[in-house]
Amino acid sequence: MDDAAVDGNAIGGLLASVFGTDMTTAVGTCGSCGAITMVAELPVYLTEIGTVVRCRSCQSVLMVFVSVRGITCVDLMGLASLS
Amino acid sequence: MAGTAVRGRLTWQTATVGTVMDETPQVRTLSLSVPDWSGHRAGQHVDIRLTADDGYQAERAYSIASAPGEPLTITVERLDNGEVSPYLTEEARPGDQLEVRGPIGGYFVWEAETGAPLLLAAGGSGVVPLRAILRHRSLVGSSVPVRLLYSSRSWEDVIYSSELDFPADGVEVIYALTRSQPPMWHGYARRVDRQMLAEVAWPAADRPLAYVCGPTSFVESVAAGLVGLGYPAERVKTERFGATGQ
Repeated sequence: MDDAAVDGNAIGGLLASVFGTDMTTAVGTCGSCGAITMVAELPVYLTEIGTVVRCRSCQSVLMVFVSVRGITCVDLMGLASLS
Repeated sequence: MAGTAVRGRLTWQTATVGTVMDETPQVRTLSLSVPDWSGHRAGQHVDIRLTADDGYQAERAYSIASAPGEPLTITVERLDNGEVSPYLTEEARPGDQLEVRGPIGGYFVWEAETGAPLLLAAGGSGVVPLRAILRHRSLVGSSVPVRLLYSSRSWEDVIYSSELDFPADGVEVIYALTRSQPPMWHGYARRVDRQMLAEVAWPAADRPLAYVCGPTSFVESVAAGLVGLGYPAERVKTERFGATGQ
């Protein structure tokens, strides 16, 4: 994981507000390479535009969160599953 | 919409700053009073949100420094280019109000029932959630053996030094001072490396549990080192702050 990344712990609050429960111990499956990783262990990039969560193995984008005027748009297209 | 929060759902709450205490020139501990605080677990964090006069909002995650049952406190390191930490470390006064969301996180958490010899590894302000774990261990009377390996730039940058100078029974604190050391320093004077981990960490055969927190590069290196020493990856819990702290 490169220095610019934090990990899934850092977005525990965002995820809990979106999903209604703690997601840091949830497990995500990458839709590109199939890697199975706990959300807390995923690299997360906090940018001015939004939050990008990548696969730890192949760096594919798994999740994107963009908040505009109090509404959070969620893109989970990179995930095969999240449970 | 205000007033429509679903019960149990994580929402922003108003917190009032209680006491503020300088830990180092860059680091300050603040107690926060939250009317409906649900209580927290050792190792969890909160999000803090500030709103500027023009409506611009910035939020950051800060580890909880206090044990479960103690008043909510956070310890914050000032980042020169930060949006939240300069306010918290320089401007916040008792009575100020800010927004808090939490407690957050079910992964980087230790409870007494979890047991195991604990290896706690901190890089800089990564010591904050580990201090909550240490205080929790003491408050519940746990005798789980603990080693805290704490990497800091210099002795002046060590957070909680007065507390860590007198660790509880069964707790050992080992420092690695990476940039400068006081005269007559007998501790480590380099970054944490594989050799140091081999000397400090509990043998994997003892079935230890490790909590590693700090800058991303520190956590990556320590976690890989522990796995190399035979720690199963799932027994190495990690929390990464990024490049320059929280």
